[in-house]
Amino acid sequence: MTPSLLYAFAGVALCSIGLFGFVRIRHLLRKLMAFNLIGSGVFLLMVGLAQRGGQPDPVPQALVLTGIVVAIAATALAVVLIRRYYHLSGQTTLAEPRAKRAKPPAPTANREGSPE
Amino acid sequence: MMRFLGVAIMVAICLAFAGGLALTVWQIAGTPAPVNLPHLLAENLDASGVDHPITAVLLNFRSYDTLLEIGVLVIAGIAGISMAKTTSLEDPDLRTSDSLLYALQRWFVPLMLVLAGYLLWAGSDRPGGAFQAGAVLAASGVMMRLGGIPMDFLRPGMLLRFGLALGFSVFLLVAVASALAGSAFLAYPEAFAKPLILIIEVVLTFSIAMVLLALFVSAPVNRTEEPEEGEAG
Repeated sequence: MTPSLLYAFAGVALCSIGLFGFVRIRHLLRKLMAFNLIGSGVFLLMVGLAQRGGQPDPVPQALVLTGIVVAIAATALAVVLIRRYYHLSGQTTLAEPRAKRAKPPAPTANREGSPE
Repeated sequence: MMRFLGVAIMVAICLAFAGGLALTVWQIAGTPAPVNLPHLLAENLDASGVDHPITAVLLNFRSYDTLLEIGVLVIAGIAGISMAKTTSLEDPDLRTSDSLLYALQRWFVPLMLVLAGYLLWAGSDRPGGAFQAGAVLAASGVMMRLGGIPMDFLRPGMLLRFGLALGFSVFLLVAVASALAGSAFLAYPEAFAKPLILIIEVVLTFSIAMVLLALFVSAPVNRTEEPEEGEAG
């Protein structure tokens, strides 16, 4: 049990916490954060597992660096999409397919006038 | 009761997932690596044109990943600004008039620009490089925007598109040029490796900062557009 392996196991823990949050939490922003937690767990896992002989391996580190940049851009795009969805529907969660809505969702606080 | 049962089932699934993953990690850590990658990298570092192994991997040995990465970033940036539906991404409503921010900005923005330049240059022989420099550059852009400094280049138009696509197109141009010159796709000629990597790093820094900044400024919804957006919903 080396210290670097500890990082890998911390990554495993982060992954499973993120998975729980991603499935259970309804709010879209929190879902996105949980998804990012899974991503961070994967990065930690890769970097932790790669330093086997005590020497850090540059190849997985470069891959993780690439992954971090892509994750930031994807998260920012997801935030833009979520804000757009909230603006158009007034909801912070995705609509349940089974739940039938008798009336359209209430207009949001920051919107003047009824959309219809 | 059903809700409690659902949580319990999910906890069990997550624990099983964590257990399986931990077992895999333990087994991988126990087996010796078939290839000694750090050793292989150290042997070929001289041919790469830079002195830092991570930069060498990012921009020479695995530059295909980096090319695709900047492609993903450009797509994300274009998708972000096309969501915004505003005539100007530089919205005066969202400016703050905080005197503390102004004071901070006067000290921080030049410092951050210098830091971004340093990080870019440092990438050749120590930790640093295009991505870190691009992130710092984007952060100083965010700060300038919050302080209300006009940034005309953020209007959706030729200049913004040019900035977004610059890194990707230069990178692709280098890749195709090396393929046409007879060697493999993305294989730099050894004599020009260092200058080519430096050029690619500079344009990558610029484009990454542009993409992150464009995604930041396209997130808020413009108030003046609200009636029209209501109709769309």
